[in-house]
Amino acid sequence: MEAVIAAAVSIVFLGLSYAMILYIVSVGLSVTMGLMGFTNLAHGVFAVAGGYVTLTLMNSHGVPFFAALATAFAVVAAASVILERFLYARLYGASELEQVLFTIGLIFMAVAGAQYVWGPFPQRMQLPDYLRGQISLGFRDFPTYRAFMIVVSLALIALLWFGVERTSFGAQVRAAVDNRRMAQSLGINTGRLFTLTFALGSGLAALGGGLGAEILAIHPAYPIEHLVYFLIVVAVGGLGSLRGPFIAAVLLGVGDTAFKYLVPEFGAFFIYAAMIAVLLWRPAGLFGRG
Amino acid sequence: MLAPNPTVAPVEQLARSHRLRPLELAPWLVAGASFYVFDIYLPLGAQILINVLFALSLDLILGYAGIVTLGHAAFFGVGAYTVGILAVHGGWAEPLTGLIAAGILAGVLGIVTGLVILRTHGLTLLMLTLAVVFMLYEAANKATHITGGADGLQAFAIDPILGLFRFDLFGRTAYLYTLAVLFIAWAFVRLLVHSPFGRSLTGVRENVTRMHAIGAPVRRRLVTAYAISAALAGIAGGLLAQTTQFVGLNTITFERSGEILIMLILGGVGRLYGAFIGPPLFMIAQDTLAKNEPVFWLFYIGLLLVLVVMFARGGVLGLIDTLWAWFVRRRR
Amino acid sequence: MKAWKLGLIAAGLTTSLVTAAHAQTVKIGLLLPLSGPAASLGDQMDKAVQLYMKMHDKELPPGVKVEIIKRDTTGPNPDVAKRLVTELVTRDRVDIIAGVVFTPNAHAIAPVATEAKKPFIIMNAGTSVTTTLSPYIVRFSFTLWQASYPMGGWAAKNNIKRAYTTVADYGPGHDAEAAFTKGFTDAGGQIVGSIRMPLQNPDFVPFMQRVKDAKPDALFVFVPAGRQATALMKAYSDLGLPQERIRLIGPGDITTDEELPNMGDVPLGVITMHHYSAAATRPANKAFVDAWKKDYGPNSTPSFMSVGAWDGMTAIYHAIREQKGKIDGDKTVALLKGYKIDNSPRGPIMIDPETRDVVQNEYLRRVERVGGNLANIELETIPMVKDPWKEINQKK
Repeated sequence: MEAVIAAAVSIVFLGLSYAMILYIVSVGLSVTMGLMGFTNLAHGVFAVAGGYVTLTLMNSHGVPFFAALATAFAVVAAASVILERFLYARLYGASELEQVLFTIGLIFMAVAGAQYVWGPFPQRMQLPDYLRGQISLGFRDFPTYRAFMIVVSLALIALLWFGVERTSFGAQVRAAVDNRRMAQSLGINTGRLFTLTFALGSGLAALGGGLGAEILAIHPAYPIEHLVYFLIVVAVGGLGSLRGPFIAAVLLGVGDTAFKYLVPEFGAFFIYAAMIAVLLWRPAGLFGRG
Repeated sequence: MLAPNPTVAPVEQLARSHRLRPLELAPWLVAGASFYVFDIYLPLGAQILINVLFALSLDLILGYAGIVTLGHAAFFGVGAYTVGILAVHGGWAEPLTGLIAAGILAGVLGIVTGLVILRTHGLTLLMLTLAVVFMLYEAANKATHITGGADGLQAFAIDPILGLFRFDLFGRTAYLYTLAVLFIAWAFVRLLVHSPFGRSLTGVRENVTRMHAIGAPVRRRLVTAYAISAALAGIAGGLLAQTTQFVGLNTITFERSGEILIMLILGGVGRLYGAFIGPPLFMIAQDTLAKNEPVFWLFYIGLLLVLVVMFARGGVLGLIDTLWAWFVRRRR
Repeated sequence: MKAWKLGLIAAGLTTSLVTAAHAQTVKIGLLLPLSGPAASLGDQMDKAVQLYMKMHDKELPPGVKVEIIKRDTTGPNPDVAKRLVTELVTRDRVDIIAGVVFTPNAHAIAPVATEAKKPFIIMNAGTSVTTTLSPYIVRFSFTLWQASYPMGGWAAKNNIKRAYTTVADYGPGHDAEAAFTKGFTDAGGQIVGSIRMPLQNPDFVPFMQRVKDAKPDALFVFVPAGRQATALMKAYSDLGLPQERIRLIGPGDITTDEELPNMGDVPLGVITMHHYSAAATRPANKAFVDAWKKDYGPNSTPSFMSVGAWDGMTAIYHAIREQKGKIDGDKTVALLKGYKIDNSPRGPIMIDPETRDVVQNEYLRRVERVGGNLANIELETIPMVKDPWKEINQKK
């Protein structure tokens, strides 16, 4: 019995650390898709870009971990502004097919570019010393890095939720997600709101990519490899929502780990079956609007 | 039927009219001539024809019914695995019946999934199409004793067609076989899109609310179209299995769905013949360019896709129409 | 035009035509993954081929040139491989087919090699049954059984009574699992669990958790060399398996020389069995590694894949010399049956005349720190191991 509990605790812990990274990367996608109605399959590109910037700074320039992460956030957010203004904005009214194709094209360019610049090998992640090894949480040991990831992610999430609930910027975003035309008629500059939100979402994805580099390895095919998981989190969670994707990420992260542990012969099969079931029950996602 | 209007885009017109125009024989003449002229490229030729059929099946639901799917490879893969499993485990290596089985099984899967997921739309529908293809991939990956798992079903023999035509190393039999199947499929699809059924699909794509309002059985039409499209995709997959004597996981991936979508878009969606232009262009370019610089190939395809979406939404056929209209305007 | 000018042109043309008639080009179709996630593997073999050609150019018969036609299989894609090799044979008219990292690709190529009667020199793919698929296949790499079967025997005799196996779910993985299990149980060991993990992008954490729960003495692992091995090492360490005294063992694919730098300190002490280690001190290897680092930089290390390609080229050049550049498929295969290379970087190797498969030493190695870096240090040698699977199953 004790062994079962120990195994369950491990699964939950490990699944949570995976879920946190999924959430931090995907939350930006949820908000921008809910806000702009734009099917952006290329969101993973911002995550992997964040990972590349972080690791290149750490490996080639000896920048400390946190500083590298912060720089990655800023750099990717800035780059995303340029992308949004010059490319994405032209397709806001376009059909879903066109948005899908456009973003697939972006993914391909990013994958090829990454392979050209950094090569096909995954980047090395040299954890700072204080994050290596195991940490004792009283009753048992856990990998320090994963514990750290859960803590930092929860802090980021709290910050994000506070920002959205308590600041006027957050209120504007929520208003525009609910009803764009109404928000516009209230004088909210939705164009600028889009750009800022897009930048924030992309920056967060970059943070997620850098932070989670140990778990989701940084290599050129990253945006394709993890695309379906980011989309699952957003679709199941509900577009435009913050809490929905959180629940979805936790369910997905812990569920995926648990299924692979309990029935490795079926692998990821159950996750997809579960996702289909949820989406049929709630097509707009668990917390989606309409 | 209105008299043909010379200012209307020629390809659009071609696609709308049910009368057979001489120009429509062109693809078949080219394909036939290629058999003699490009006789050392026949294996590639057969692969191109298979992708034309696959793209045609996708055009039926994407171009005509307006359903955006990233999971069409599910049906392609099911068709391919049907042929492979019959050959390896069932000792059933007869090609014609194997192909029919592939189409039927894929069609049944199309009915089942269509009934379930076509109730939704937008991102949810897209996600569900993705979920189906990923789930089937996982099933194929794990059921190693049936599907061969990651190794796939390898080097099984396929009987000669009608007992006479062996699948040879140079790909001659494969090429003519796929050409014949494609011809039959094309004739069928052409009839379908010009029939009242086909027109109603276009109606659903353009204005589904109005279709409901006039009492058209929208869901039934959509599911039927989805099933037919699935069956055709399954036949394409079965052809791939028979001509290469191999079935692997890469027949049932998201990447394959994406690839055929790109090929169709390049040719032009919803004009019937986009499927005949996109795959040859894409695959010949890939064969020549990607050989030397595979990284650049991916980059340029991505760039091409972005440019097509921004400037040439109708693909090659759309470009032809636009250029024609510009030319006609200039002449005035 | 003046007559003497015409004469000069005619003379020039005739000379070049005559020289062309004497120049013989041996075309080798080299099938490797050159793009995509497996590109680094193809790269190791490609580098070995280029280096060999550069260093042994003078050993070709006069007037004979070697042309390598490279084709990108992009990964384990048998349909691509089959199409590419068919084109190499019908379009480019190659004399020899070589390369191939992945078993499924090799299996797809086999029937083409047979029908076209071209020798197929396998430089990596290591599933035992592969050489039986065509009489034109000669393998210069290894089989998983050669390493994993003796490993099982060694484990049972070295305080490992209960073992768990986790392998990647594909041909080589199945071979490794079967080989280790047979060797281990034949010598009295007990397998307490086995998992087959997905080949594409697996998450090793849940599997390591299951292993931890079963508390074996050792975990036998096989995953494709490279990135997956590193990820597995991380999961093994993250979940605290070393602290539970669960030793990690496996064929050398899990601690390949070029990947060791990426694994941190986790692999220290891991015992593996393999046919090649870049740290080996025999002179042929030192020369090989030195030449490699001179051309490719001090941070580049050859791997067992490089050696497979290297020895394959040695054999091809031998066949070219013996046939004076006119390659006949059947003759080449006959020449290579029983062929010996005494001073390969990995030690002595031989091609078994009955099975056309490689016979070579297997070394028991331990990962140790040498001069600041990790390396596979050879401890014991098991000489001239034939593929145990074929021996046990009496297959040719």
